[in-house]
Amino acid sequence: MGSTKVKVDHVSAYYGKNRAISDVSVEFEDRKVSAIIGPSGCGKSTLIRCLNRMHETLPRTRIEGRILLDGEDILELDPVHVRRRIGMVFQKPNPFVTMSIYDNVSVALRFNGRHSRDEIDRAVVRSLQQAALWEEVKDRVDAPALSLSGGQQQRLCIARALAAEPEVLLMDEPCSALDPIATTKIESLVNELKNTYTVIIVTHNMQQAARVADNTAFLYLGKLIEVGPTEDLFERPKERLTEQYITGRFG
Amino acid sequence: MDGPTPSAPISPMPRHSPQWGDRIFAVLVGLGGVAVLVIVFAVMGVLFYQSADSFHAFGWQFLVNTRWDVRHNVYGVVPFVSSTLLTSAIALLIGFPIAIGSAIFLTTQAPRWMRGPIGSVIELLAAIPSVVYGFWGLYVLGPYMRTTVEPALYRYLGWTGAFSGTPTGTDVLTAGVILAIMVIPTIAAISRETLIAVPISQKEAALSLGATNWETTRVAIVPYARSGIFGATILGLGRALGETMAVTMTIGNHDAVPTSFFSQGQTIASLIANELTNSNGPLQYSAIIEAGLILLFISLGVNIAARLMLWKVLRVERGSTE
Amino acid sequence: MTVLAGLCALVALIPLASVVFQAATLGGPVLSISFLTQNPPLPCTPQPGIPCATGGVGSAIQGTLILVGLATAISVPVGLGAAIYAVEFRSRFLGLAISFTADVLTGVPSIIAGVFIYAYFVIYDPSIVFSTITGALALSVIMIPIVTRTCEEALRTVPHAVREAALALGISRWRTTLQIVVTTALPAIVTGILLSVMRASGEAAPLLFTAFGSRLGFQGFNNPINALPLLIYNFAESPYHNWIDLAWGAALILIILILITSVISRLVVQRMVHRMQGG
Repeated sequence: MGSTKVKVDHVSAYYGKNRAISDVSVEFEDRKVSAIIGPSGCGKSTLIRCLNRMHETLPRTRIEGRILLDGEDILELDPVHVRRRIGMVFQKPNPFVTMSIYDNVSVALRFNGRHSRDEIDRAVVRSLQQAALWEEVKDRVDAPALSLSGGQQQRLCIARALAAEPEVLLMDEPCSALDPIATTKIESLVNELKNTYTVIIVTHNMQQAARVADNTAFLYLGKLIEVGPTEDLFERPKERLTEQYITGRFG
Repeated sequence: MDGPTPSAPISPMPRHSPQWGDRIFAVLVGLGGVAVLVIVFAVMGVLFYQSADSFHAFGWQFLVNTRWDVRHNVYGVVPFVSSTLLTSAIALLIGFPIAIGSAIFLTTQAPRWMRGPIGSVIELLAAIPSVVYGFWGLYVLGPYMRTTVEPALYRYLGWTGAFSGTPTGTDVLTAGVILAIMVIPTIAAISRETLIAVPISQKEAALSLGATNWETTRVAIVPYARSGIFGATILGLGRALGETMAVTMTIGNHDAVPTSFFSQGQTIASLIANELTNSNGPLQYSAIIEAGLILLFISLGVNIAARLMLWKVLRVERGSTE
Repeated sequence: MTVLAGLCALVALIPLASVVFQAATLGGPVLSISFLTQNPPLPCTPQPGIPCATGGVGSAIQGTLILVGLATAISVPVGLGAAIYAVEFRSRFLGLAISFTADVLTGVPSIIAGVFIYAYFVIYDPSIVFSTITGALALSVIMIPIVTRTCEEALRTVPHAVREAALALGISRWRTTLQIVVTTALPAIVTGILLSVMRASGEAAPLLFTAFGSRLGFQGFNNPINALPLLIYNFAESPYHNWIDLAWGAALILIILILITSVISRLVVQRMVHRMQGG
């Protein structure tokens, strides 16, 4: 087991009075892909949204516990800074609709202060390459973001997140709104990304977890049931619940 | 064995067939609908009819003549169109930033408990009658403009030539300022609606990139709401163009093209208010009506443009699943 | 940046505060029972030893009530009817035309409404040009589009399923509309009507050439009649102190009326919604 990049330490998260995740503790390995799986309503989206402090952007929400990034508790830091180090790709692609492809990717750079036009150009190209989108858009980077297909838009969002040069990339069911071909493209992309970034991906598709993730965590009704290397979890699950979920006893 | 013959139905029949009631209902209701359409055509019809004399006398000259000469019975609408446009422009220049600032403040920056109450209070601004604003303008704003604001403007900006003449507090500038006050709630309320209609996914995209609250507003929310804000402004313009009472009481009622912000002027609406029943003869009366017709067209045109713009924005957002 | 935006909101509120303050301080002292019941006095400049009669705004209050009441009686059936037609018979082109027309009509300057009625009656029946009837008609021209639009929006929020359920039970179309759909949308409809009433109560422009104004109370439907906004306009620009004081009192009353209507409509609507939800 390599070093830990993100450590979730006895975290509970609430929507008003509802406790969505209870006392979850799990570690995510640096430069590996970790999947979070579980039936709908198990709290996996809530958990991942805690990791970049998006959970608290909704009204009447609360987090208890600690979330450590390289040993520092992000709940004590400025959320804006946290989100620059931990990026996110959402379930439904959400490019900025009034902006071009180029502007979408360069947005984060424009937040972080002065960059020369040159630097921004290079960063945009690099991010689009990392997101495997560059070849498809290189002669129309000024086209509106909405002119892209769904799968392309999602890769655009990945490029946009990567342009901010985060250390961790969170992906909340990134392929659930996409067709199978686009899904395959993104899955192979994830495989490449783990060389540079720590990737944590939420998915309701077990086969996807099996395909892309090094480690997998299984959540059920807000509790962490089991976590470990993907192969172990799927072939030799230690908990009965895990086994039931994997064999499809419940959805 | 005889089965029961279905003679009378089990449930009681209504006293008259439903079709009859429905038909009457449709007619009555249709009358209401027709009335609405009739109003538009009636208004235009009457105004056209009454402005015929003026149109025959002056033709298209009416639109470019800068003289409104009662003694020689020669009339042109330019003085009033220019005052109308000038006061409305002032209203938008002052009102738009304040309205947008307020709308942005209320939808993104203000703490949640503040949003409802302050929003309601700003909407109360819209409920105050025009004549009350005019009254206040006459006794509070006007003197304030005359003693404080206008001398200062003359001191610092007099070199531009746009602030010549004695500051009286009763001029196009004061009228413009009052219009700004009246237009702010309209622009703010509708802008607020469009800002709220921005899908939350856009906001989350910005936040997830490490944007501050203000950066999120600037980059993700306001651009998305652009056309709605523009539509709101045009709607505000429509309101400013037709305002009568507040303007009549503060503009000075002088039938000439304003040459400075301190000039007395006369909008089409205030012209009608002042001179319709005091006209010196049928030609002037007809000319005033023709001016009213022009005002009607300008207002309707602006309103239609605004509604078309907003219709697209607001209906689409209401139907969005996000 | 937040500060700047907050300042904008503050600046927007300053005139409101000033207007209310002014009306309260100058109009407050004038309020009394006689203020509400007596008619306006003759214009007068105070002579030493001979104070001016104070009088009141009774005729204006009465006039406003009558004019707005009449206008409402005309506008609600027409406006509601038009809205029902536009929503329930929507598939026909006419329905869409009505909807759009009403929308656009709300932007017609209120003075044009007055000019329209005035110009029409000048030809049709000059003897009643300045009368209660024409005043009420002018106000109706303003109220009808507002009622139509707000009722239309209210009716649209009623889910189609409600209508279908009623029709499937064999309830006739007109009963479905009136007793079920309208009743469901009633809170919003009431709000819309109250909104148009509020608006009409404060309008002076359409009354300048129709109701015209008068010192006396109601003199018959064919004769001029006073109204609060008219009184304010006429008295505010006069040089007579007793009249100006009355105007401030009238302004204060208008503001209070509007505040009360605003609050009442919110409360009534809340109550209605509460009751409908079985609270």
